[in-house]
Amino acid sequence: MTESASKDKSKQLDEGLERGMAALTEAKIEKAINRVLTGETGARLKAYVETCIHCGLCSEACHYFLSHDRDPRYSPVGKVKQTLWEMLKKRGRVSPEFIKQARLISSTQCNLCKRCAMYCPFGIDVAYLMLVVRRICHLLGVTPRYIQDTAHSHSVNMNQMWVKEDEWIDTLQWQEDEARGDLPNLRIPLEKEGAEIMYSVIGPEPKFQAQLIYQAAVIMNVAGLDWTMPATPGWDNSDMAMFTGDNELMGRLKRVHFETAMRLKVKKIVMGECGHAFRSVYDVGNRWLGWRMPPIPIVHAIDFYYDLLKTGRLKVAKKFEEPVTLHDPCNVVRGGGLADKARYVVNALCENFIEMHPNREHNICCCAGGGVINAGPPYKMVRIEGNRVKAEQLFAVKAKGATVLITPCHNCHSGLEDINHHYHIGFEIKFLGDILYEVIEKPAG
Amino acid sequence: MKHPEQWDWDSLRKEIPFASWQGQFKWVEEPQVSPDGESVAAIVNTGEGEFNVCINGATWETPFEKIWHLRFAPDGRLTAIVSDSGEWTLAVDGRPWENRFGYVWEPRFSADGTSIAVKFQQDMRYGMAVNDAAWATTFANMTCATLSADGRRSAAAVQVADFGEADIFAFQQGTFSAALDGKPWERRFVNVWNLAISPDGRKLAAEVRLTLYDYTIAVNGEPWGQTFNCVWEPVFDPRDGSVLAPVRQAGQWTLARDGSPAWERRFIQLWHPVFSPDGANLAAVVALSFGNWTVAVNGTPWRSTFNELVSDAVFSPDGKRVAAIGKKNGFYHIIVDDSVWPQAFDMAWAPVFSPDGRLAAARVEKKGKYTFAIDGRLWNGQAEAAWDPVFSPDGRKILFRTIENGSYLRRVLPVSEIAG
Ligand code: SF4
Ligand code: SF4
Repeated sequence: MTESASKDKSKQLDEGLERGMAALTEAKIEKAINRVLTGETGARLKAYVETCIHCGLCSEACHYFLSHDRDPRYSPVGKVKQTLWEMLKKRGRVSPEFIKQARLISSTQCNLCKRCAMYCPFGIDVAYLMLVVRRICHLLGVTPRYIQDTAHSHSVNMNQMWVKEDEWIDTLQWQEDEARGDLPNLRIPLEKEGAEIMYSVIGPEPKFQAQLIYQAAVIMNVAGLDWTMPATPGWDNSDMAMFTGDNELMGRLKRVHFETAMRLKVKKIVMGECGHAFRSVYDVGNRWLGWRMPPIPIVHAIDFYYDLLKTGRLKVAKKFEEPVTLHDPCNVVRGGGLADKARYVVNALCENFIEMHPNREHNICCCAGGGVINAGPPYKMVRIEGNRVKAEQLFAVKAKGATVLITPCHNCHSGLEDINHHYHIGFEIKFLGDILYEVIEKPAG
Repeated sequence: MKHPEQWDWDSLRKEIPFASWQGQFKWVEEPQVSPDGESVAAIVNTGEGEFNVCINGATWETPFEKIWHLRFAPDGRLTAIVSDSGEWTLAVDGRPWENRFGYVWEPRFSADGTSIAVKFQQDMRYGMAVNDAAWATTFANMTCATLSADGRRSAAAVQVADFGEADIFAFQQGTFSAALDGKPWERRFVNVWNLAISPDGRKLAAEVRLTLYDYTIAVNGEPWGQTFNCVWEPVFDPRDGSVLAPVRQAGQWTLARDGSPAWERRFIQLWHPVFSPDGANLAAVVALSFGNWTVAVNGTPWRSTFNELVSDAVFSPDGKRVAAIGKKNGFYHIIVDDSVWPQAFDMAWAPVFSPDGRLAAARVEKKGKYTFAIDGRLWNGQAEAAWDPVFSPDGRKILFRTIENGSYLRRVLPVSEIAG
């Protein structure tokens, strides 16, 4: 088989892969591959495989390829060649070691960012092909340990951070108490049936970033909105099962999420600044369940802030002065078309906005998305070294004067922190909500 | 509270001021209304760190440091989760339970309201408490709690073995089980979800995952002989105690009974199976194709389909009729026996049948105004808030509970006035 570039990079052993691989037999592998390739994938896979002319035009799109001095093993088509084509060619008769490499390539060397699909003359979506590989590896039990643990948390608690039911509610009540320091009559209305909005977040917010819930509560209260948060599982919109290939669990998570909104009889779900969760609720998870669109409309934070500012429900007291730049998250900009609205919000909140280049749907991925950051510490350097071009892009915009980097996505935030730190770029990284909270007119406390 | 036979079905209109409470308290939270419509209540803030419940204008005797989740039980008792000095419990009509816990949430009621159960956490161990009696055994984690319809048995998915942080291998050995009244099954599973208690209270069924890939239903700890790619919530057949559940095989869903196919037809989705009270009929929400939802009764789908969602399928008390909610192109509709009412709403609540099953009614909302629909006709009133309509036991009158112009209103109307 083709030697994967991952071999020399992942020096730390990942037990999830090693023990998973040790339990495999070739017969089991063949069965799983054929189950997915014949039973679960259809015309789309066939068309992609038959259409690709191996021209390599997609290579220029991929930050891994560019950051690894144009090593063809990191090109989008190279990743397909090392994984799916081989599986197809050998009709599923590949070795356990091959499966481990296929997992490394599909889950730690591809962020499913879909940038390459824009460069391919036929629009071949390599991200979809990498998801097919991930699905096969999931069925074979070969999954990086940390993201598998996250999927286990999803399976038990319906959130990705092992947050227990009481801890969730307690955190909301604690943030409500804290935020009453800002607005004495502030409420985080729990289980308010018939509210206009259900606000949903990702698991890390109550676990590590409770201040984001505080800020959201202040924004909701200042704007005078009719909103609620559930006091049951279903509050977490995130989805690592989508990234491990556990589609059944992904479906279960999305069912709980949407049925919570349906039970609360809300008109829409407003979600915090997360990219992958948007992909899960807006595109992938809802559709696995048979819903063509989200059964309850989903509004991403960018769109929500846009609406609040545009309609004047929120007013800016004094614009943020430091020069800012904006990183467009793949899932909400390339995938969700929110580039213009993001710019409207940034310009409404900030005095001085400096674009990075490339931007909008052409922006370079943070290299954390697609579950790569969730694969954990063994792959930290894979992400950082695999995105040298992001560092270069950030240095360039810093040279134009930007000092604050805004990114309305949790994964981007964490991934860019690592790049910022490793390459000593020196940005302060913020969510849109951080700045919005800071600059809006609030009634005197 | 009295049985619906004894409710006041004669007074046409009773009014209780509500908006005026705003002046008495720092803030007033969203109102709750009793099933008989005689009481309106809300959590009120009476000062920094002091909450109370106001019911028909009078507060409970004792305030609490925190109060949330105010709900009327089906028997009319008023419950809320309350806290003092960092301890939590349930208060019923203002009197807290004797038991205090580290945390309490998700109260649930038996059908008649005589039993009240909560989930509790004490010293980071989890259990359920029913009518102020806590499970003798507590667990490291607990999810998917349920209470039997008669309120005698409580059950939940519980963690019965420890596993270290990120120890995915120990977790995959199976660390979860299901507990009935706090007593777990001997058998462990990777996951246990969505439990059902048999009508006689003797059996407990749950969705289980045997490995990361094999799903089935376990009854009293024994998994079905067949496994599936996925399963959804089991239900007991009230006639013979057999168990039915939606199961997914080769990308399609059908209904299985005790592990074997019960419906011939396959669907893109199938969930929320619900039996008629007599067990003679079973309805479920299904997707016939991608984005094409309806209700299937005994395996046969309705012709009316909806591109966004179908939910809240309910049987009439005699088990002969089925009503549900469908959403199409952004609007909600009421469907009764495959016939769609003419109006489109911004929101609709689960339809309610008259005791003889002849009529159905629903609370609906359009452009922020609430009203009621009976058999496809709209009441001409409008409200700022509304609760589900209730038919009188003889089915000739209907109780509307609303907030209009800042007042709570209890109205009794002859059904004929709206339904014709
Ligand atoms: S989806 Fe993104 S990370 Fe994956 S191969 Fe394409 S460009 Fe590279
Ligand atoms: S650009 Fe498209 S056709 Fe060319 S190698 Fe890449 S995926 Fe294949």
